[in-house]
Amino acid sequence: MTPSLEAYVMLSAALFVIGFLGVLVRKNTLVIYMCLELMLVAATLALVAFSRFNGTEDGDVFVFFILTVAAAEVAVGLAIIVALFRVRQTVQVDQLDSLKH
Amino acid sequence: MEHFAFTCLSVFSLACAIGVVLSKNAINGAMCLLLCLAGIAGLFVQLHAYLLAFVLVLVYAGAVVALFLFIVMLLDMQGGRAWKFRGFNAVAGMIAAVLLVTGLNLLAVRGRLGAGPPLGHSAGSSLKLYSYQLFTTYLLPVQVMGFLLLISMLGVIVLSRRVTPKEDDK
Repeated sequence: MTPSLEAYVMLSAALFVIGFLGVLVRKNTLVIYMCLELMLVAATLALVAFSRFNGTEDGDVFVFFILTVAAAEVAVGLAIIVALFRVRQTVQVDQLDSLKH
Repeated sequence: MEHFAFTCLSVFSLACAIGVVLSKNAINGAMCLLLCLAGIAGLFVQLHAYLLAFVLVLVYAGAVVALFLFIVMLLDMQGGRAWKFRGFNAVAGMIAAVLLVTGLNLLAVRGRLGAGPPLGHSAGSSLKLYSYQLFTTYLLPVQVMGFLLLISMLGVIVLSRRVTPKEDDK
């Protein structure tokens, strides 16, 4: 007996929610970034599950592209964080308030 | 048996995801993320997406989490404060949580995705099928991805250069 599609989608949604809450409540830029990655992985889990249960390969191929883009995105994002740290000496979002009204 | 493995892996990944959010130290968060990704790779294996599980471990666990750890060590963050739950942020977080949990509940109660048992083979299960798709239907996206990686590499090089005022500018 295999787990149903609903179970996979529920799990993926739950992971996405946890990542989203992490983005909202955490103050450290790096941890926020990790939570963003978590949301991305949760979405890929849903894609793979749909692809498996519908017998198509498109979802799997898209996950491949998502992984590629995620790798590029992490590299650029971390470079930005390091550049930010050099200028401001902090990565806490509540201290990075130059654009705040 | 398969159900048992699914339950174990999903509980494990959820616990590790909560660990990412709640961990005080960024290093612990990165380690929890690593474990969570391992659990998700296990779920991919259960979904017969063997290649994707391999790529997930290779790219995410191997490259991305290692990069995170390098940056955490480079910035040398001492402990860091735990999340404080007050102010406008907390209200926004609570509202978002309520909305998302409601949506999740609706999905659980009323959502019928109308899928029967898993069908035949998916692309992840066979490398041949997978690469056939990549080199026929998805050839253009593959090329675009290549350009994207090139551009992001250039961007990272430009961003990580130390900006120093040149002598001859004066």
